[in-house]
Amino acid sequence: MAALSQRIDFTDEQAMLLETAVAFCREKSGIRAVRNLLGSETGFDRAVWDEMVALGWSGIAIPEQHGGSGLSLAEVATIAEPMGRYLLATPYVSTQIAVQALLAGGTAAQQAALLPRIAQGAIASMAAFEADGDWDLTAMAATASWEGTMCRLAGAKTLVVDAGVAEVFVVSVLLDGSPALAIVAAAAVPPGHLRPETIIDETRRSARMELDGISVAADQMITGPAALAALRAVRDTALLLATAEAAGGIAGVLDVTVDYLNSRSTFGRKIGSYQALKHACADILVGLERSRSHLYHAATLCAGNAAPEIALRMAKAEATEVFAYAGDRAVQFHGGFGFTWDCDAQLFLRRALWLQYSHGDAAHQRQQLARLLLD
Amino acid sequence: MSDMEAFRAEVAAWFRDNRPPEPDFLLPESFMEVGTDAQFEYLRAWQRKIYEAGYLGMAWPAAYGGGGKPQAYQDIVNAEMVRQKVPFVPNTIGLNWAGPLILAIGTEAEKQRYIKGILNADDIWCQGFSEPDQGSDLAASQTRATRDGAHYVLNGSKIWTSLGSYAKYMILLARTNPQEPRYGGLSFFLTPMRTPGIETQPIRKLTGEYGFTQTFFRDARIPADCLMGKEGEGWKIAMMTLTFERGASGGQAGGTARLAPGVGDVVELARMARRDGRPAIEDPLMRDQLVRFLIEDQGDRLCAVRGTIPALCSERPHAIPLSQKLRTSEHRRRMMQFAIGLQGANAPRWVGDANAFEGGKWQRAYFNAFSSTIGGGTSQIQANIVAERVLGLPKD
Repeated sequence: MAALSQRIDFTDEQAMLLETAVAFCREKSGIRAVRNLLGSETGFDRAVWDEMVALGWSGIAIPEQHGGSGLSLAEVATIAEPMGRYLLATPYVSTQIAVQALLAGGTAAQQAALLPRIAQGAIASMAAFEADGDWDLTAMAATASWEGTMCRLAGAKTLVVDAGVAEVFVVSVLLDGSPALAIVAAAAVPPGHLRPETIIDETRRSARMELDGISVAADQMITGPAALAALRAVRDTALLLATAEAAGGIAGVLDVTVDYLNSRSTFGRKIGSYQALKHACADILVGLERSRSHLYHAATLCAGNAAPEIALRMAKAEATEVFAYAGDRAVQFHGGFGFTWDCDAQLFLRRALWLQYSHGDAAHQRQQLARLLLD
Repeated sequence: MSDMEAFRAEVAAWFRDNRPPEPDFLLPESFMEVGTDAQFEYLRAWQRKIYEAGYLGMAWPAAYGGGGKPQAYQDIVNAEMVRQKVPFVPNTIGLNWAGPLILAIGTEAEKQRYIKGILNADDIWCQGFSEPDQGSDLAASQTRATRDGAHYVLNGSKIWTSLGSYAKYMILLARTNPQEPRYGGLSFFLTPMRTPGIETQPIRKLTGEYGFTQTFFRDARIPADCLMGKEGEGWKIAMMTLTFERGASGGQAGGTARLAPGVGDVVELARMARRDGRPAIEDPLMRDQLVRFLIEDQGDRLCAVRGTIPALCSERPHAIPLSQKLRTSEHRRRMMQFAIGLQGANAPRWVGDANAFEGGKWQRAYFNAFSSTIGGGTSQIQANIVAERVLGLPKD
């Protein structure tokens, strides 16, 4: 078994970015703001999005020639961690996944056409999953077929996050039996082809996307090895950012739990003094520390293009499993209040479950890791 | 080739050429498990040989017997010893705790008297902190040190004294002021063990082996200059010692890494063990568990790295160091427990059985893993410390 790297790079600029992002998310996404957005149609606050764009966060990993800052996924993860902590509702992650798909597989012309728009605030989304729920991004039923100079799409994608507000979609399909990606402008999606789905994390929006009736020009396709590279980038980015949101979420839900244990009394003492509750909190803290360590190591490897798959899968498995446990215990430790809608623990538990089952749960990651580490 | 690379090559060659022959007994995993004279003499000779070659205490001052070189040299030696899996050196309390402490706050006379003997293993050291009735609560120590002219008179008992049967000196936490029931009444002594009234009695461990003693003090008179610092400073000095114990790498003389099997060894074990006619490593449930251990192991290694980056520890600066013992000791215990099960029908064999896998080292390693989940504050106490001091939950 080869020795694993333990490298973590964290620049002074990243440290400042983290501080800024923590302050921003704390201010913009207090629990009242989170709850106010739960029932809204788009699920996010456009004014907050515009501020994030103005801070340069949309384009932080987009090369300078396309109007971005030319930094890397490590900076994106640094921003996503506090977003997870404060349950910020935002199309940031979906947009960044599409950005990385375009960077890894898009043609120069596709990048030049789309990346500057995204850097200026256009929302993008990746349509990768289908109704069978398989996490394998290359196992698809949706197709594309040539019709003159156009590619005609067929089938349906599901769990297309932030579909209702996206200006552009990157859609995975099979073209002549091989994975390919189609870049689809929102304007090219016929009315009624995006149907909202009801998902467990109410801070998010997703839709089913009918592909029948959508056609794209040949120059909007990504095919061959470029398509496979793009799908790998989609997976890597999704794993890293789910880890970042989960690591933030563990810290957030731990705060909620500790606050309650420090304020609620029963049988004449603060419930936080009971070791049965205290020790579970210590376990969660241990998981939080390991998760953040895995996160910033994986981010370092992603930024350096240094074969991040093992690090990413370890990080995703650790952080999302701990977050799901922390959310579960948060509900339990709030007692009767935990069973109510008004208790914030459920918001974190719902987020944790969304992240756990996004792009492969912990058991799935471990199965893939076994192949990478043991064979 | 840089100087350091040349040094690394020299060290690698030296350990290859000078590795001691395999003994005909199972070596202990750490200094806490040294239970027979044969084990002790084998390891003491090994320490002496490494010191004489110049590879121990390399960063300690030359004036007292050290090498006077930058710590980087010792780090290379330590890493090479782990890499080649050579035996550890036994004078751990001296090399890791008493030595660094004396160098940090000792008098010139103390440095002259003690440091060289620690390095060449002439003077073995032990530690007298825990007491039979106090469990993990060191501040409640009851062993008395009463000033009587030019002497202190010791009475009481200490327990879990590793190397107690072989030690010449003990770092001792004792109460000089009984009016102060906790921290303020404690003092710290560099105690000569071969003093009338000090007796050690070996403790048989759950493994059936020896390795600890209980130490009894019955009107034992030690010179007053054995007191380190001032009366009442014992708690402060003991805590400083425990920061060396909890893994601060700076200042330690090296060579003491455990021989205990790690996660890579468990993976290798899974390749050799069998399930349903195939290597156990092909069993999906075994694979899932092995990967869990690999993720935890890597997580703890990464915590050690992240712990050096202040911007990634700013919110809870003590979270990584204060959780380290809990994280790593419980990980090891569960991993060794799993390693026994991997052996299938051979799992219940024990040390000494001809068919025990690798001499029964896994079964012994599981039992010995409790030394870390219990010693130095049980995992349950550690979880309280993490919950109270890192998370701010109320005490009982």
